[in-house]
Amino acid sequence: MSACSLLAQGLVAGYGERTILYDVNLSVPAGQTTAIVGANACGKSTLLRVLSRLLTPSQGSVLLEGNAIHQLPTRHLAQQLGFLPQSPIAPEGISVLELVSRGRHPHQGLFKRWSSADEVAVADALAATHLSELAERHMDELSGGQRQRVWIAMALAQQTKVLLLDEPTTFLDINHQIDVLDLLTDLNRQRGTTIVMVLHELNLAARYADQLVAMANGKVYAAGPPGEILTEQMVREVFGLESRVIEDPVTGKPMMIPIGRHGGIHTANAPCSQHKKAPCFG
Amino acid sequence: MNQPPLNAISHFRHIRRANTQHRVRIMAVLFACLLAGVLLTLMLGQSFTPLTTVLRILGGAEVPGAGFTVRELRLPRAVVSVLVGACFGLGGIAFQTMLRNPLASPDIIGISTGASTGAVFAIVVLSLSGPAVSMVAIAAGLGVALLIYTLSWRQGVTGGRLILIGIGLAAMLQSITAYLLMRAPSWTLQEALRWLTGSVNGVQLDQALPLLIALLLFGGLLLSRHRDLETLRMGDDLAAGLGVRLAVTRVIVVITAVALVAFATAVSGPVAFVAFLSGPIAARLMGRNGSLLMPAALVGALLVLLGDYAGQFLLPARYPVGIVTGVLGAPYLLYLILRDNKTRGSL
Repeated sequence: MSACSLLAQGLVAGYGERTILYDVNLSVPAGQTTAIVGANACGKSTLLRVLSRLLTPSQGSVLLEGNAIHQLPTRHLAQQLGFLPQSPIAPEGISVLELVSRGRHPHQGLFKRWSSADEVAVADALAATHLSELAERHMDELSGGQRQRVWIAMALAQQTKVLLLDEPTTFLDINHQIDVLDLLTDLNRQRGTTIVMVLHELNLAARYADQLVAMANGKVYAAGPPGEILTEQMVREVFGLESRVIEDPVTGKPMMIPIGRHGGIHTANAPCSQHKKAPCFG
Repeated sequence: MNQPPLNAISHFRHIRRANTQHRVRIMAVLFACLLAGVLLTLMLGQSFTPLTTVLRILGGAEVPGAGFTVRELRLPRAVVSVLVGACFGLGGIAFQTMLRNPLASPDIIGISTGASTGAVFAIVVLSLSGPAVSMVAIAAGLGVALLIYTLSWRQGVTGGRLILIGIGLAAMLQSITAYLLMRAPSWTLQEALRWLTGSVNGVQLDQALPLLIALLLFGGLLLSRHRDLETLRMGDDLAAGLGVRLAVTRVIVVITAVALVAFATAVSGPVAFVAFLSGPIAARLMGRNGSLLMPAALVGALLVLLGDYAGQFLLPARYPVGIVTGVLGAPYLLYLILRDNKTRGSL
């Protein structure tokens, strides 16, 4: 197990009177990809907001490499920890190059001019996300998938060791979802960026994450490698859904197949037996 | 990850330089227009004064007849128009950018109206004059800003609710201003119009100095936050993630913008729609890759200067500048409301 990057201890947090997180403990391994999953309103986005310091917990603390993030200067934190919200706003009429350049904000001071280090970081981010050709285009002219790549490029230009993303694949077609998750995996593998993301789609989470964190009712239900966490019992208790978990024939990772009210025939036929390599989990 | 090719870096640098040059060029043109506009309004009026005479008068020479017209009538008007316009332009674009909505301009959401009510209250009820009036106007403007914010707070503030509450407050404040003006029957129609729609009639040159100081002080402070303000356009969450201190930035922007608007209002009244129009016009001219603070200030100055000139000399009767800018602004307001019903426009 590699060193811990982000460490949440005894987090209690919410909005006003409403408490959403109850005693959340979580450790995010450095250089790995962590996916947070859970049913709607289980507190996964709230947890991400606390981890990114958008929300101050009423109890507990978040440590980034041993330093409490709620005590770090804002700019200093932004040099180490990037955050991409679920639906960022693209200002009207802004070009891709200009938007990605905003990622350099924490590295610029009041009087510091745009430096060649800034330029290299932006060019690098655009190249990594295959956007160099689109640099002069306006955001309004791009497709949803391209736009999401621009936001990731902006976060890349920020050059942080840790990147938090709130549902980076929502509203995207499946091919663009895979595209975005592949891109994030590239960043993780090639740059060692620690990635923490909230994902809606359980199978994609299991496929792309090194660590899966399942949340239920404002608590961490279980955390660990997807092979250990994604079980039929977990799906039942976290999502309230009956399912079968089989081995994904492409990646060898666990894959959840919901049963639903109309899945009876297939459960009776025990689909697992048709795949010799795929024993049922659980 | 693979290094970006050097030619890509120089290509981006080239794009950036071209963009900067484009911006500088347009601002230079705006500035030249403003300068030309000031000289023209000094030369043209009821009578024509040649440019050489105007320059001699500005240089301090005594020219019988024309000297009085230029120095006492036209110059104060031109200088105050430019300063008032710049203040409104800056205050407007600051609010519009921070709240990510062109409708969130101080003259739409009641902040200028509040400052105007404060000024009238100070003059009519408290019998104050000079800087004290400005102070009351600023206090009233800030009070209104705080009131709008409190009333629209419901686990966070959304732009739409804030704007509607602001519009409602503006209407109330406008009627308070009208009521206060009616209690002072000795006031002329011109004076009443100043506090209701804005006018630079009869301004004196000594009113320009506090305006200039306010513009340099608050405008400078606002300009120093231009990068944070631009980052806020991408949403509060993202801006915070990029290291913008939200609370500090908001407080600075609100106080500087309200102060700018209130100082200007204390002199000219709430000149209709200048704050509202300057930013979007500047955006249309400049494109949206970069801060609009300076260009909006220049556009605001031009709007008041030329609006006042048009109101005095180009229309069949003499109108205060607020009527002229009001006529310009109203169709744009309608357009925005119609467009906002279809798409969520930001600026």
